[in-house]
Amino acid sequence: MRAQPIFMTFKKSDVVNFVVLMTLAFIAIPMTVQTDYWYTSILIPWLCLSLAAIGQQIVMGYTGQLALGAAGFMAAGAFACFNLVLRVPDLPFVGALGLSGLIAAAFGILFGLPSLRVRGIYLMVATLASQFFIIWMIDKFGWFKNYDTSGIITTQDIVIFGKSMTTPMEMFFVLVVVVTVLTLLAMNMARGSTGRRWMAVRDMDIAAESMGISLLRTKLQAFAISAFYCGVAGALFAFTYLKSLEPVAFDIKLSFKILFMVILGGLGTINGAFIGAAFILLFPVVLNTIGNNVFHGSIDATIISATEQVVFGVLIIVFMIYEPLGMAKLWDSIKQRLFRKESASVDAPVNQAGVGK
Amino acid sequence: MTEFLFFIEVVVGGLLAGTMYSLVALGFVLIYKASSTFNFAQGAMVFFAVLAFVGLMELGLPFVVAFFATVFLMFLVGYCTERLVLKPLMNQSEDTMLMATIGLGFVLEGLAQAAWGVEVRRLDLGIGDFPIPWIADSTGLFISALDLTAGTVSIAMIIGLSVLFKYTKMGLGLRAVADDAGAASSIGIPLKSIMLMVWTTAGIVALIAGMMWGARAGVQFALVDLALKALPVLIIGGFSSIPGAIVGGLIIGATEKVLEVYIGPYFGGAIEGWAPYVLAIFFLLYRPEGLFGEKIIRRV
Amino acid sequence: MTEERRFPIGDSILELDHISLSFGGVKAITNTSFKVRAHEIRAIIGPNGAGKSSLLNCINGIYKPQEGTIIFKGEVLSKINPNFIARKGISRTFQNLALFKRMSVLDNILVGRRLHETANFIEVALQLPRAKREEKENREKSEEIIEFLEIGNIRDTLVGKLPYGLQKKVELGRALATGAEILLLDEPMAGMNVEEKREMCRFILKVNDELGTTMILIEHDMGVVMDISDSVVVLDYGKIIADGPPDQVRSNQSVIDAYLGVAHD
Repeated sequence: MRAQPIFMTFKKSDVVNFVVLMTLAFIAIPMTVQTDYWYTSILIPWLCLSLAAIGQQIVMGYTGQLALGAAGFMAAGAFACFNLVLRVPDLPFVGALGLSGLIAAAFGILFGLPSLRVRGIYLMVATLASQFFIIWMIDKFGWFKNYDTSGIITTQDIVIFGKSMTTPMEMFFVLVVVVTVLTLLAMNMARGSTGRRWMAVRDMDIAAESMGISLLRTKLQAFAISAFYCGVAGALFAFTYLKSLEPVAFDIKLSFKILFMVILGGLGTINGAFIGAAFILLFPVVLNTIGNNVFHGSIDATIISATEQVVFGVLIIVFMIYEPLGMAKLWDSIKQRLFRKESASVDAPVNQAGVGK
Repeated sequence: MTEFLFFIEVVVGGLLAGTMYSLVALGFVLIYKASSTFNFAQGAMVFFAVLAFVGLMELGLPFVVAFFATVFLMFLVGYCTERLVLKPLMNQSEDTMLMATIGLGFVLEGLAQAAWGVEVRRLDLGIGDFPIPWIADSTGLFISALDLTAGTVSIAMIIGLSVLFKYTKMGLGLRAVADDAGAASSIGIPLKSIMLMVWTTAGIVALIAGMMWGARAGVQFALVDLALKALPVLIIGGFSSIPGAIVGGLIIGATEKVLEVYIGPYFGGAIEGWAPYVLAIFFLLYRPEGLFGEKIIRRV
Repeated sequence: MTEERRFPIGDSILELDHISLSFGGVKAITNTSFKVRAHEIRAIIGPNGAGKSSLLNCINGIYKPQEGTIIFKGEVLSKINPNFIARKGISRTFQNLALFKRMSVLDNILVGRRLHETANFIEVALQLPRAKREEKENREKSEEIIEFLEIGNIRDTLVGKLPYGLQKKVELGRALATGAEILLLDEPMAGMNVEEKREMCRFILKVNDELGTTMILIEHDMGVVMDISDSVVVLDYGKIIADGPPDQVRSNQSVIDAYLGVAHD
């Protein structure tokens, strides 16, 4: 038991984690990973999608609003960024990125409005409207695509302090910085009063209201922040990973993927977003590698992608039954088992309370 | 006059196409009534069932045999779902169940593709998707034979299911279960077999819906996305009402066609893709429980 | 109750004026008026279904009475919603526990501090001084409450994992954290054993004594009600059948009639 109240400033373990991760990102990975493949196909999409998953996590895991339209907001962010860079000459890339997030946030507020009346599957259907509407809008109005008729638009170079970021490693660094900053901000919110309000609304809305929490403001705020994260993620996804823009890349399938990242990763944790994104992204890669190396390509690609779907589906069911808090919780349990000392102090009060049952 | 005729044609075409949404929604309602579960996998079941049916026909099975084999397959799906998904998740929150059925949907889609492949298949029911000559001659309306068949089949199924629920033992049991599962099972209503029957019925409904859709657009993965449109239908009609599923389907079908034909051209078309969802949002704002649903009163 | 009180009972602080509430034609509360004086412990009793919880839900703004007004500190409560009422300084606990189950005990109590937080989400995200300072203050305050309720050993446990009695305590803690002038306690001792009830009574009296908080509580245990309340309202079928000090109410004939043969726990 802690004698002193802990304040929200970061704990020692957080600082350690932070230092380790930054060392990995800026020293260990650049020194050991030389092939572009790892950057372009794994690390870059992983960071982008993790950011989107944080967005989904905020609205779904923390605020408990079943939204299914992350890819729509990503599309809004991606096309906003393209147009800002295209049409506002002196705007630095980071500024364009932030504005894209804000534009996506505006959509988030608009399509979050139904959450004030409905929940669960009702809300899910309402948020599907955003998914289909945003993609349609971008597709039908030539202005968004700068009247490009080829269907695929190439994104501009990322220019930071006058330098074009072109190599995969440079793009990776840009991503690490942006994702780290946004993750820290998300953690501050999640652990602070903002996050408590989200969770209060999630767990028992009437009680939350009785404590003076405005459901309207809290829900719309969560939708806005969520869409902001998705918007920035979408812009980065387009500029660093796809390197092109087409509405189809942000279809409902991507929304489902992000939903799965959050469910499998663990609802209501920031870690879960990263773990879930890594799993959803890596599993198909592993499956393909097995297909190519063990069975030497004798397995049809259809079978591999079908297997992927079945496994994701089964895992969701299994996690819902056995560990609704997802892989992040599993990871915590493993960590606790490995470092007994830490676990003892955490477990003790739980057991004490359990005696009274 | 011809303009008016054209309008009628659009509306009727929309209404008949809407019955296809109704068919998908119907399966949804059945399961919701029996187990208060939003079965997100209903769309996947449509795809799974019709793909299996077409696949079995390709193997050389005659129509009727393939049909009943698929029905048996859907029974197995229902059985496994009951045992492996619903039972372990009993008493969990609605959201948890919903997510689990999303998982189930993915499993079914994956299995179907693994077994039968991804290419688009034609399904010929011997009913053409072209205007019926005698209606065209006598009234000047162009109405597709397939649309009309789908409409007739849907209406027949609704009447059939309503009768089933009102007058049979299974229906009575189902209504008891829907009311209070615990009480129903304590007075000896076999919960498990009722669930199985409901899931099988939902499977048959899915198969028929899939056959109608497949005959029109080919049996393909896109069916899953089309089936998503059953969700706005349910919101408009209410999740627990069979007539609601029908009326909701008709409203969605007619509205999206009328909007597409008269408003769509100003916006470059394809507003069918989102119009039903936006329509659903408006319904949510004014009547969140749907046209036929019971009013939701939250007690504190 | 005879010894000198730090906060002597004062004038009326909350007044219900001819409140009527019905659900689709079914009358839950009919033309009910009563007053609550500052710093008193006011009990509402009555058989099951008498409309006690509905009455609390009206005061708290969850239900909107069709008729009548609620006057708090001389001001008619204009907007009827829980958020507005909370901001006016009325907090509550719920009959069937309405805790935030997937949050820790400490976090639950911290949510109670909501109205003492003014920093917006950007300040929180960037950890600007105001956000930091408020968080520190609110955590200290919450720790005080945890200490006061003697639940320090479970401060980091998820509330959903706690036994019922402890959850009731946490809910009281959360209501206390708001610093409200009036606490509405809906059956704070339901389902507790004698030991736990005694403890809960001690806390309620201590809060009333040390902070002067006005309490309106619904309770079935007549012994408890007679022990701790300053005055009692008796409801039956949505109407007041008696109102006065405990011993006076106890001997009231219509109260005895209402309770005769009525099974209650």
